[in-house]
Amino acid sequence: MSRKVHVQTQINRENVEFLCEPRQSMLEVLRNELDLTGAKEGCNNGNCGACTIIVEGRPVNSCCMLGVEAEGKEIQTIEGVATPEGLHPLQQKFLEHAALQCGICTPGFIMNAKVLLETNPNPTEEEVRFWLAGNLCRCTGYDKIIRAVLDTTETTGVSTNG
Amino acid sequence: MADGNGYKVVGTRPIRHDGVDKVTGRAKYGADLNFPDMLFGKILRSPHAHAKIVSIDVSRALAHPGVKDIVTSKDLPILSENILAEDKVFYKGHAIVGLAAVDVHTAEEALSLIDIEYEVLPAVTDVAKAIREDSVVLHQSLTTNTLGEKTGKPTNISSHVRHQNGDVEAGFAEADVVVERTFTTQTVHQGYIEPITATAKYNPDGELTVWTSTQGAFNVRQQVAGILDCPASKVRVVPLEIGGGFGGKTTVYVAPVAALLAMRTGQIVKVTMTRDEVFEGTGPAPATLIRLKMGATKDGRITAADTDLFYEGGAYPGSAVGAGANCMFAAYKIPNLMIDGFDVVVNKPSSHAYRAPGAPNSSFAAECVIDEICQKLDLDPLEFRMINGAKEGDRNPIGPRHGKIGYLETVEAAQTHDHYQVEVGNGKLRGRGVASGYWGNGAGRSSVNLTVNQDGTIMLLEGSTDIGGTRASIAMQAAEVLGIAAEDVRPAVVDTNSIGETGVTGGSRTTHATGLVAIRAAESVIEQMKEKLADHWEVNLNQVDFADGTFLNSDNQISFKEAARICSPVVGSVTESTTGAGGAFGTHVVDVEVDEDTGKVEVLRYTAVQDVGTAIHPSYAEGQIQGGAVQGIGWALSEEYVYDQKGQMVNASFLDYRMPTSYDTPMVDTVMVEVPNPGHPFGVRGVGEVPLVPPLAAIANAVSRAIGVRMTHLPMNPGSVLKALNKI
Amino acid sequence: MAIVAIPSLMRDLTQGKAEVVIQGSTLRELVENIEAQFPGVKDRLCHEDANGVRISPYIGVYVDGALVEKGMRSPIGDSSEVHFLPAISGGSES
Repeated sequence: MSRKVHVQTQINRENVEFLCEPRQSMLEVLRNELDLTGAKEGCNNGNCGACTIIVEGRPVNSCCMLGVEAEGKEIQTIEGVATPEGLHPLQQKFLEHAALQCGICTPGFIMNAKVLLETNPNPTEEEVRFWLAGNLCRCTGYDKIIRAVLDTTETTGVSTNG
Repeated sequence: MADGNGYKVVGTRPIRHDGVDKVTGRAKYGADLNFPDMLFGKILRSPHAHAKIVSIDVSRALAHPGVKDIVTSKDLPILSENILAEDKVFYKGHAIVGLAAVDVHTAEEALSLIDIEYEVLPAVTDVAKAIREDSVVLHQSLTTNTLGEKTGKPTNISSHVRHQNGDVEAGFAEADVVVERTFTTQTVHQGYIEPITATAKYNPDGELTVWTSTQGAFNVRQQVAGILDCPASKVRVVPLEIGGGFGGKTTVYVAPVAALLAMRTGQIVKVTMTRDEVFEGTGPAPATLIRLKMGATKDGRITAADTDLFYEGGAYPGSAVGAGANCMFAAYKIPNLMIDGFDVVVNKPSSHAYRAPGAPNSSFAAECVIDEICQKLDLDPLEFRMINGAKEGDRNPIGPRHGKIGYLETVEAAQTHDHYQVEVGNGKLRGRGVASGYWGNGAGRSSVNLTVNQDGTIMLLEGSTDIGGTRASIAMQAAEVLGIAAEDVRPAVVDTNSIGETGVTGGSRTTHATGLVAIRAAESVIEQMKEKLADHWEVNLNQVDFADGTFLNSDNQISFKEAARICSPVVGSVTESTTGAGGAFGTHVVDVEVDEDTGKVEVLRYTAVQDVGTAIHPSYAEGQIQGGAVQGIGWALSEEYVYDQKGQMVNASFLDYRMPTSYDTPMVDTVMVEVPNPGHPFGVRGVGEVPLVPPLAAIANAVSRAIGVRMTHLPMNPGSVLKALNKI
Repeated sequence: MAIVAIPSLMRDLTQGKAEVVIQGSTLRELVENIEAQFPGVKDRLCHEDANGVRISPYIGVYVDGALVEKGMRSPIGDSSEVHFLPAISGGSES
């Protein structure tokens, strides 16, 4: 059994420190060590996107990243998307469009869509579908999710910064 | 804000009550619980499709630092072979040993230290082989049950049902066209994104608590208590939020093992399946082999149908062949019928319910043969359905008469829809397919407890776990009766100690049954408040009325909120074994384009029409239809369990078990026809399951018409399409 | 009097009859009366558990087109139609 590593990082704009074994994924660290259970384990091998977080501005499947790789990085999870002032426009649109049924894939979709809108504020439907193809949803058939994302760009003119 | 039906809340689209928690990651799902000193459980599963267990040696695993306890089937008070195998394993993935360790990695390491000696047996993983006289037989004690009478001979065919009407030979003689085809569908999984999980705690006073994601907390209670041989009243099941179910989470897999380990270690134990365990260790929907012959006159009347349905029950009997038979021809009037349905065991995980279980398979066959008949007769397939379609009073060909139904309305809506009016386009391999489908919908027992707060808001406690938005639809039904806003009802799904018995969230029963009980509880609240107001106003009870959210007598008129301040607390508590569910129909129209070089099928346009009775929350009713349609796209085009020659699944991951992504699907246009169900005060019909019944045939018919070759085997993946095109 | 449809595979017990007319105001009475006229039917339809004799869980009983939910106490009307069909397990325990 190897020694735990001391990691210093920034999660949701707060400085965070934790201990983890080298073999623990970032997903495991978030869920078991930091009690940030918004990122979900659906497959543990990068195929469903339910564990998506944002690392240095890029969407990452946290199950495919090691906890020790968080050292010195800026990380955002679903828990850091809303602010005390209110929900992020994406979160609001997801609710208005009923873009969730069981909701297990929703955090992953919101994280990934957030980066899409920061990168490409006015994507076409095809661009949205392509970008989000790494996030599996089994309940909605994607229709209302795509509408929610497209509606976020049109009505809010959002260029999202945190 | 009244809608067309004159309702104030029903038919509107409020934000769901649990929505904010779900978009912010605050909602707690089954695996989200962490307790100090919690142990992690793992299960060792059979690597063989069929084998005798000669010996099990756990000594090395027990000696591994961090391992706290190990159990096998002999530690279960009541034997439950699918939970932990006894002396034989019947599929790769069959659970054999459970263990608990200080962390999940240690638990996984310890699994590799368990030594099991197997005597590997030949396996059968194909229903066509399993029904043969010379097949490997899984269970020597299994004989065919033909409605209560057993044949006494060991076989893999566990049961036979038959429906017979009229004289099929005479019916075929009368027909101008007869089509006979054999269809196969492969094993598919419900594909819920959240793996199976359960966390258990045992108190020294004998109370067991199980936290889990489930479609039925009372089911879990009953099964866990049954296996651990303890009173159900000693088992408290706390349902957390659930990440998808589709029928797959109406039974237990790991909960009894977690509970047993918790009892023996005195610590809290969490057991969560990995994704490959979910594929290999839980019940998928059966693969099927269906032979169907149908005849029709040249003016488009069906004269006869004769079919054999072979459904894989998996390792243990219990496929949904009965439901498949019940639903197959429900949409039509067929004077001469013979259905023989067979449940067959094979060396695959024991099959379990998946959204309208049994019906997608049998409807695939029926709706494809009907399409071929239409092609031969040069009749429009929707017109054919108008000619043969059932309405109120007609019999489902297997017996019972339909009550008020909306099948023909769905066909009409499809016919007049813009999708059906435009050309499908040519120049490429394009085709349009249509298909219909039926599901019976359930009712049964539900319980609701309403408490009126002083400020006029309502606490609504229910036992129906919320997999797709039923919290909102139940709250809205109560709000409608009370004349208040949906937001003023606060629904909560509570544990089995806190609410009366409630059936599963499944069978498309919840909006009907739990809604009905919520309505009755609301009515009880109103009666109680009328009594209290009669006292308060010093009038006779019969002088107090309630209408449109207002209590009144000849001198006074107050709102529900004002009345609440006077009367509260008021509690309305109802438990009822409800009846009156209404069956429902769907008709789907699909356009596809086939790439003749790669064999890939692209779904260009999808329209799903369904009779929903009355849509309580239209967005969530639409969502059920869209979700089911897309599961159908996956089943039709890409999903299947692939087995090697040793009977082992080779694609147990989301990479290779190919479910549709957002890039594989178009928008799904939904048309909700509303023919209210007289069995429910607001006319509700279950909506959740019907949508998976038509897509398989709708898409197959579209592909068949696009490439000019009848597709009869699923999935229609690129390889099988190229084969049909004779390119490989 | 209820009109009871006899499942195909049980018609050997009813001399081939597909439909029989039976008295009964509850399902329990109906089953007892069918058994009295056509011995062996009850064994095929029912099983015994801790709560006594009930319809087998693999069989759904439909009265006038609707699945009954009150077990043996389910009421049968004066001219009800009764069908015994394989149980539909819709997203529930098979």
